[in-house]
Amino acid sequence: MSTVTALLDRPAAATRRGTLLRSPARLAPLVLLAAVALVLVFPGVFATHAPEATDVAAALRPPGAGHWLGTDQLGRDVWSRLVHGTRLSLLIAVGATLIGVGGGALLGLVAGCGGRHVDFALMRVVDVLLGFPELLLALLVVALLGGGTVNVAIAIGIAGVPNYARLVRGQARLVLRSEYVEAARVLGVPVWRSVLRHVLPNVGGPLVVLASIGLGSAIISGSGLSVLGLGPVPPEADWGSMVADGKDFLQTAWWISIAPGLAVSVVVVCTTLIGRSMQLRAVR
Amino acid sequence: MSDRARRMPRRHVPPWARFVARRLAAGLVVVWGTLTVTFFALHLAPGDIVDGLIGPGAAATPALRDQVIAENGLDDPLLVQYGRELAQLASGGLGWSYQLNEPIERLLGSQLGPTVELAVSALVTALVLAVLAAVLTAGRGRAVRGAAGLAELLMVSMPSFWLGIILLTVFSYRLHALPSIGADGPAALVLPTLALALPLAGVLAQVIRQELESADGRPFVLTARSRGLGATAVLLRHTLRHALLPLTTLAGFVLGSLFGGAVLVENIFTRPGLGRVLANAVGSRDLPVVSALVVISSAAFVVINTLVDVLHPLIDPRLREGGTA
Amino acid sequence: MTTTTEATAAQATAGDAGATVPGPLVRVEGLRVSFPGSPRPAVDGVSLAVGPGECVALVGESGSGKSVTSRSLIGLAGTRARVSARTLEVAGADAAGFGERQWRAVRGRRIAVVFQDALTALDPLRTVGAEIAEAARLGGTAGPDVDARVVELLTAVGVPEPEARRTQHPHQLSGGLRQRALIASALAADAPLLIADEPTTALDAIVQAQILALLGRLKAEGRGLLLVSHDLAVVAQLADRVLVLRRGEVVESGPVGRVLSAPEHPYTRMLLDAVPSGRPPARPAQAPRKAPGSEAPDTEAPDTEDVAPVLTGRGLVKSFAPDGPRALDGVGFTLRAGEALGVVGESGSGKSTLARVAMGLSRPDAGEVLLHGRPWSALPERRRRAERPAIQFVQQDPYASADPRFTVARIIGEALPGLRRAERARRCAELLDQVGLPAELLSRRPHQLSGGQRQRVAIARALAGRPQVLVCDEPVSALDVSVQAQVLELLDRLRRERGIALLFITHDLAVVRQVADRVLIMRGGSVVEEGETERIFEAPAHPYTRALLDAVLRLPGAGGARGADVTGRDDPEQDTEHVAGQDGEHVTKWET
Repeated sequence: MSTVTALLDRPAAATRRGTLLRSPARLAPLVLLAAVALVLVFPGVFATHAPEATDVAAALRPPGAGHWLGTDQLGRDVWSRLVHGTRLSLLIAVGATLIGVGGGALLGLVAGCGGRHVDFALMRVVDVLLGFPELLLALLVVALLGGGTVNVAIAIGIAGVPNYARLVRGQARLVLRSEYVEAARVLGVPVWRSVLRHVLPNVGGPLVVLASIGLGSAIISGSGLSVLGLGPVPPEADWGSMVADGKDFLQTAWWISIAPGLAVSVVVVCTTLIGRSMQLRAVR
Repeated sequence: MSDRARRMPRRHVPPWARFVARRLAAGLVVVWGTLTVTFFALHLAPGDIVDGLIGPGAAATPALRDQVIAENGLDDPLLVQYGRELAQLASGGLGWSYQLNEPIERLLGSQLGPTVELAVSALVTALVLAVLAAVLTAGRGRAVRGAAGLAELLMVSMPSFWLGIILLTVFSYRLHALPSIGADGPAALVLPTLALALPLAGVLAQVIRQELESADGRPFVLTARSRGLGATAVLLRHTLRHALLPLTTLAGFVLGSLFGGAVLVENIFTRPGLGRVLANAVGSRDLPVVSALVVISSAAFVVINTLVDVLHPLIDPRLREGGTA
Repeated sequence: MTTTTEATAAQATAGDAGATVPGPLVRVEGLRVSFPGSPRPAVDGVSLAVGPGECVALVGESGSGKSVTSRSLIGLAGTRARVSARTLEVAGADAAGFGERQWRAVRGRRIAVVFQDALTALDPLRTVGAEIAEAARLGGTAGPDVDARVVELLTAVGVPEPEARRTQHPHQLSGGLRQRALIASALAADAPLLIADEPTTALDAIVQAQILALLGRLKAEGRGLLLVSHDLAVVAQLADRVLVLRRGEVVESGPVGRVLSAPEHPYTRMLLDAVPSGRPPARPAQAPRKAPGSEAPDTEAPDTEDVAPVLTGRGLVKSFAPDGPRALDGVGFTLRAGEALGVVGESGSGKSTLARVAMGLSRPDAGEVLLHGRPWSALPERRRRAERPAIQFVQQDPYASADPRFTVARIIGEALPGLRRAERARRCAELLDQVGLPAELLSRRPHQLSGGQRQRVAIARALAGRPQVLVCDEPVSALDVSVQAQVLELLDRLRRERGIALLFITHDLAVVRQVADRVLIMRGGSVVEEGETERIFEAPAHPYTRALLDAVLRLPGAGGARGADVTGRDDPEQDTEHVAGQDGEHVTKWET
């Protein structure tokens, strides 16, 4: 599920300057995401129909002039539902990422900068959490809290905490053990000031990079939970629940599921590309 | 042998055995931690624990409620219950699903096979595809590497459920080439395997390719080439081995993504398996089943990671202890 | 240098070689190598020829193009490199149009290469035997004979117990033994020409002398040798002819004796001047130094004992594991104001541990360090902090010791707490001036500075708190020689003008002779000898000190009776044995 975040553990990824990341390729995902943001803020402008308007007479119509992306089994316009589903899909992902980054940064900083015993205790907790596959952890939280938009965001956020915590803790230790923090110590700079001056700024960069890539996997996780029917409660729909809706009509109306899945993929490609180009710039 | 054992005090356990024991002990702590977290999360979660155990799927008659309370000793202090849960697990019991009215170990046992089958075939497929793709594209010209990078990016970014849906639409419903549902025979395994393997192959190919390319600049490669070894031989005898090393550290991640992916892929392809059991259990809030699966998967994690820790020094001699001069 | 004179030089050398042997093993004229995206070629118009039994050296600092040149001779300059030459002959054949297949036939069999560090130049996942066997097979040794050939090769390069050694991995061998194994793998296909690319740079001095002796023996056996090195002292041991490279061009070439004794080009002269000569430096006064604050030191009795010590170590013991080897085993020292105390040892001698203990960065297990006669190492960190400005640290790698995100102004500013912005900027510029850097650098970041500039910035930062002691841990070993000399001069000036005491830790005897008044020789965590620098160099008392001094390479005519006579001595039994240390460092046991 978090296929994209696993790559970030690998520093080699940072040293290679991707052939994909020449300037047009760096610009394209930004432009696309800006467009998605516009859609998110002003769905009414882009939708051609009301997302909930059913029209049984026009059910399961293939993509064409009246309905760009066809209609679903209730005759609802897939394009308009896709446009209106943007907000939920992205809010779940952004909310989850914020929860993950916040919790992870806190846990990681305390572990990385705290004493040996604090570190040991906290990292054992993180180890336990890392022992779960991310989706399983999210499923456990959903099982405890129940489904729904907010709970899915919380669940994915919690599932992401260990990853962020490990990154922050590792980075913090790296900086604290660096020769320049030692040089600061030699100058008589107290440790807490070194944490503010050297550790925080040096942790922030990689954290933002991981978060932008993690945003992609949060979208995938969120829509995955929705596909399982655990996401937003109908009639509210995000892209994942649209995929779930269309699952039973694949034989006759493939477009119902393919379109929202494509939207997920495009947004994830964009966030991943942006994350990677930030990563490269950080190295440069 | 016994004579030797007697002369040698207990401290002279071979270092590798001590190492394995230490790793296993640490792993047991993780499983125990998982169990503890799950247990307390379950019992301290909002809502009545009795309803939680029964779940919304079964009719919570007062008789059943009393039965659940009695069977689980829910009137006992929490720590006593916790101790009993540990003891039960130690004897191999995983609890009872009131919704399915079945002991959980039997339920999971019957579903384990299809999931393992799917996971193993996906793992092998992903590895083969990744190694092939990486070997064929590493160090090539810009166009080849750009195309490979793009393909990998797409595979990594595509949710496995969507990939599954595309495969279903194209190969089952359009071409009628492969069955769409079920787990009967090898043909039914092809599409779910691909849906599960392709995103994983994308990640692995990226990692292997990066490793191959960074290994290419290392001095020992230059030495090997300077003695007249061809590029292919350098790859096979030297760099590929170095490139595969870091894959072992990804084993835990691979296991997680296989299981996580299986939940969705089994759902899309309507295959039996643990993933569907889990999805159904979460959907119907069958908490005993969920917590049993959590504990089992963390145990699987521990086993895999211990295996990796043990295998690592065997593959990389630099990690072996006691190198003699 | 113009192309015509180069060509003439090349023809002359080719003619020389032709007088004794059929023809040169390799001959290149007007070699030019460029990489797309870089404004100037990496190599521009280099001509050279190497005949059997002769050694030609390519000398230059980093970025001079010496390695690119040597790699072009085996077709390994890189896939992106554009290589052209008027003439490129390998073993008499025109190699200008060689494809990969033909180059492969050359590599190993006609020209073999020995790279810098066998730890990375041999595949770390394979045994050294497997590596040598691979080379032997490529050289045409048939399957059943390979094992015997491996043992034969290891024996030939002086590896004891070859049967046992060949089953070991590079990291299990000492630096000297694995470098020998690397050489054995280069000899496996019996190539008549050996390219040695910085073959001893990663080695301690004593081992370096042995490896050079081995290379000298191979040359005496009739092999041609193309030696690539930044170190003129190494070149002086082996080379017959020298080409001095600078930014891809040959600035001077000729017989080694002529080039080193009467260099024509100013760059060659600068390189030669920069090599620490090992001669007693011409310094105004030996001791004592002007203590900070003392007005007229010359009127006082010139007895060092009277100057109060600023930093004292007594019976220092430190180990990194409860029952591990002791990195420090009862070390004591005294450092007086304005004095430079050199601490010399090879890797694993405990000298860096001593630096960290002296700095109060690492707590000794026993013994103590006193600053101005008051407790220092025994203080809790909280109380030490206030006194830290008085004792400052200059580390080996100035890049690692500066926050990569900081500008020079912030790096130095960190040492100036509590000043107003304008005042701080003024002080920073002043400090930069003191280390000979312009104030324009204040807005630069570490990666925009050269190695020497970075080290000067580190020194400027150390000076900010007006220290009385500078602890320098290998402060110049990461720098090019010409820059080394400048940084050493700066440190010496600070000592003379400000009476700053220097605790100078280094592996390099020539450097220490230039800088230090007194020297401690360390080995295995203990001080084996201590005394006035000149006394130690002229009349070493301990056999280990003598061995260290014997291993120092000299330029011809650099004076001093001692010097490694590398042509005769090649005794692998004297090789150092290494044991993996607890602190990640390698502990070297030197066996007499």
